[in-house]
Amino acid sequence: MTTSSESGETPSAALRTEALEQLLTERGLIDPEIVDAFITNYETNVGPLNGAKVVAKAWTDPEYRRRLLADGTSAIKELGFGGPQGEHIVVVENTPTTHNVVVCTLCSCYPWPVLGLPPSWYKDPVYRARVVKEPRTVLSEMGLDLGDDVQITVRDSTSEVRWLVLPERPAGTEHLTEEELVPLITRDAMVGVAKVAAA
Amino acid sequence: MTAPLDVDGAAAPPRANGELVFSEPWESRAFGMAVTLYEAGAFTWPQFRRALIARIAAWENARDQDRPWSYYHHWLAALEDVLDEQGTVSCDEVATRALTLAQRPAGHDHHH
Repeated sequence: MTTSSESGETPSAALRTEALEQLLTERGLIDPEIVDAFITNYETNVGPLNGAKVVAKAWTDPEYRRRLLADGTSAIKELGFGGPQGEHIVVVENTPTTHNVVVCTLCSCYPWPVLGLPPSWYKDPVYRARVVKEPRTVLSEMGLDLGDDVQITVRDSTSEVRWLVLPERPAGTEHLTEEELVPLITRDAMVGVAKVAAA
Repeated sequence: MTAPLDVDGAAAPPRANGELVFSEPWESRAFGMAVTLYEAGAFTWPQFRRALIARIAAWENARDQDRPWSYYHHWLAALEDVLDEQGTVSCDEVATRALTLAQRPAGHDHHH
């Protein structure tokens, strides 16, 4: 045996994952190629671009914006984005005087279909614990300095409510079309830890 | 389930907008297995979430400094818990198979 690095320890997560995949495959419960397809889908197709399309439409279509703020899940579904973790999305709007930032203190609820997979900092217990207690400080450390006149609301995601922030449309983008706005809209802005920049 | 989007070019998901989603390949496999099994109806999402929350809560309560935070460790453990509960694949079977895999001859890609 040459596994000195692992002697006396429980098998690594990588080995357990491989073992589990083998067992599930042998029993016909999964097909590795389908697993590949799911991963590729989430890595390449599902992501913040979907959320950016939602935001750009809300910025340019007042009627859509109204529907989005009234019932996020169905307004997002209108654009074809749904699936696991896409239920119960509630959209909240940032304004010059109110700012929303999203956290999930319990676990890591996150609206996958519109924002893709959560970034590592979002899942970090330090972010989860601190943003609730001192949001202004945490946001400032992440590069977003908000004036004292801005009211900050921390939105805690649960399985019942997954929050999506509708960021402010930046000044100087009035001439841009919906398609031209999409690339400006970042995931971080839709979590509420950044603002959208004009370019 | 989702709109077919471009993989590269101007319409591709903004990679600069996100960081690396998985830090190690096994994390994406664990993620992919859970989503695949869920889609196939092997368990419900609330079942999986409950298991995940329980694993994370246990880690937070223990505050074990020897075991640094790793979201996908909890994810994998939760997946094993759910499959074990249902009798689909037991945790013991996984452990036994993992030990067998660990004993593959040197030169296999797990032994760098």
